[in-house]
Amino acid sequence: MDVFQTLSLIVTDYTLRNVALGAGILGIVSGALSTFAVLRKQSLLGDAMSHAALPGVVLAFIITGQKTPLVLMLGALIAGWLGVVLVSVITSQTRVKYDSALGLVLAVFFGFGMMLLTWLQGQNIASQSGLDQYLFGRAAAIVEHDVQTMALLGVAVLALVAVFWKEFKLLSFNPDYAATLGFPVRAFDIALTTLIVAAVVLGLQMVGVVLMSAMLVAPAAAARQWTDRLGVMIVLSSLFGAVAGAGGAIISSTTTRLPTGPTIVLCISAIVLISLLFAPNRGIVWAWLRQQRNRAELQKAMLLEKVYQVSYLEGSPLQTHPLEELRTFMRGSQLERALEALKQDGYMHLDEDGRWGLTPSGVAQAEAILRERPRALARRPSPDGLRQEVVG
Amino acid sequence: MNPRLEIVTIAAFVAAACALPGTFLVLRRVALMSDAISHSILPGIVIGFFLVGDRSHPLVIAGAALSGVLAVTLTEGLLKTRRVDKDAAIGLVFPVLFSIGVILITRYASGVHLDVDAVLLGELAFAPFNRATYFGLDLPVGIWVMGAILLLNVIAILLFYKELKLATFDPGLAAALGFAPTLIHYGLMTLVSVTAVGAFDHVGSILVVALMIAPPAAAYLLTNSLSRMLVISVVLGVLAAFGGYLVASWIDTSIAGAMATMSGVIFMITLLFAPEQGLIARKRLSRKRRERFAVEMLLVHLSRHENTATEAAENAMPHLTGELNWSPEFAGATVERAGQQGLIEKHGDQLRLTPKGRATAERVLMR
Repeated sequence: MDVFQTLSLIVTDYTLRNVALGAGILGIVSGALSTFAVLRKQSLLGDAMSHAALPGVVLAFIITGQKTPLVLMLGALIAGWLGVVLVSVITSQTRVKYDSALGLVLAVFFGFGMMLLTWLQGQNIASQSGLDQYLFGRAAAIVEHDVQTMALLGVAVLALVAVFWKEFKLLSFNPDYAATLGFPVRAFDIALTTLIVAAVVLGLQMVGVVLMSAMLVAPAAAARQWTDRLGVMIVLSSLFGAVAGAGGAIISSTTTRLPTGPTIVLCISAIVLISLLFAPNRGIVWAWLRQQRNRAELQKAMLLEKVYQVSYLEGSPLQTHPLEELRTFMRGSQLERALEALKQDGYMHLDEDGRWGLTPSGVAQAEAILRERPRALARRPSPDGLRQEVVG
Repeated sequence: MNPRLEIVTIAAFVAAACALPGTFLVLRRVALMSDAISHSILPGIVIGFFLVGDRSHPLVIAGAALSGVLAVTLTEGLLKTRRVDKDAAIGLVFPVLFSIGVILITRYASGVHLDVDAVLLGELAFAPFNRATYFGLDLPVGIWVMGAILLLNVIAILLFYKELKLATFDPGLAAALGFAPTLIHYGLMTLVSVTAVGAFDHVGSILVVALMIAPPAAAYLLTNSLSRMLVISVVLGVLAAFGGYLVASWIDTSIAGAMATMSGVIFMITLLFAPEQGLIARKRLSRKRRERFAVEMLLVHLSRHENTATEAAENAMPHLTGELNWSPEFAGATVERAGQQGLIEKHGDQLRLTPKGRATAERVLMR
């Protein structure tokens, strides 16, 4: 299936449209919330919450016998929330640290959920089938009604973020200051966590509990590379989430036997990789290039200085030297490269005998460099070959 | 051995093998690495399975463990770019590897002894069907594999006990003494990977984490000694395995899920009732402190006003509630307690220090 066909299918095909829309909404919401999670260094909170939601989903079904999204979401919300409270009790009341508490809640809750789910599957209740789609998500099962529910929940979450924008911002960057200002930090902390759980709930059908964690880290980690401003970051993060969500969902729906959750995860991870490598300023590639350029500049300056010193010692700054003599300053091809670059700058010249020397402007440049470092100038060897040591 | 006993044995081996490296994960504050590793071994297992066709083959186990170590390396490489923080680095790497594993299974291995349910839960109940004979003993492969991994963990920890202990509690000193912290770290991560791979067949990808963290975290609340913590972790892990097996056969559900649940239950019981670190003990301790402090406050108050003009008014029962801001019940209880300890005497409404009470008040003031 080519790209054009796929695009036209999104408009005409009912299932595909729902899938793309749903995954897009999920991406926007989780992208926005992941911003706060990543900035607050709680990237793995979403991981824990999404796993902890599983027993809530299964219990909600066992208690109500219903599979409507709203009921299951409520169950997930309660279980996820209980998980957060437990983590906070364990870390604040005992010496067990955050990472252990988080991992413990994550795995134990999930194990309990799996235990309930397996038990349920053995009970021969026809209506339970399909609950296990919440493990890895099954986007194809999404209908228009689900999309409407997701949209509603998504708008509610985003509206709350907008209303408490200032508070969440302060909480993310300086919670201690917020506390001294009299902000109810703990209440906002709980509010933000609740919103993250809500995002997890949104992602249940789409990517499933197992891989939802990625959607709560990756979009923000990617967006962080492009900007230093929270406002821009949250928009970018949502955008990345939406692109990866909708893109991944479409790819998996139009390819046979390609599970939705993992596909979306690979899409968002690709965006992260590109951002890490190529984002302006913070991109690793640019940083590497910058480093190379700086090193070349540094070597040029060093060579210029050394040639000046040696020439000065031998009587005249304009003295020329054979290449072999300069090898003591710099090894191998680095020397040739630096000399060539200095020649390009007009600071050095190569005479007919193959000897290198400073040009008058090169002498001026070398003296300018040395003047920036008065001690180096003072240590300049005197013409009679004796070093003038600086005293004190 | 009957199949039930064999299953319980494997479960106990898995729990014990997980608890040993888990103890160090919990103490070194890298517990979530177990989460990352247990997810990341999946592609290694799947690819190894394609190549060799037998998940218990030592080569497959080694290869899969390597993909766990790869996840650690990638995470730390990502951290070293200083573009993301530690949790984000973990959270970015393992979902990718896990996703690749799931995609490989759904596309190429669906239904051939490796499906998504097995990834999440393992197949402990079927373990007795897969048998092998070594040293003239016909036992399930699971017992051989997990027994070997348990043995490996025990030997590795015994051999490098001193190094692990020092690197855990004083990494700076360990480095200064030339113990190569990186080597110890990667050694530990390799143990975790191998254990996770072995346990994968029986309890799946995610529940390993419960067995690696919950028993050591509970043991952490019970002792201050590393050697005792290791032993207690293993005992609690094995208890969780037995308990999980009983619960699973009682209500007919997955043994792995029940094991993880039981490890959580054991942690919760410890959290509440641990003799020193437990929530109840801490609550009781803080109440005891408050009570002792209140008695001392009372003694000091009485001694300040003893033999002054206002003694009659100050050192009377009703005055305490206003002066020390105590509720009448608390004031009554405190006076009662001080009386029982022979520190004060009651004369009607008036409170008088006994010689012992006076001495205590002076000691408190000198403190």
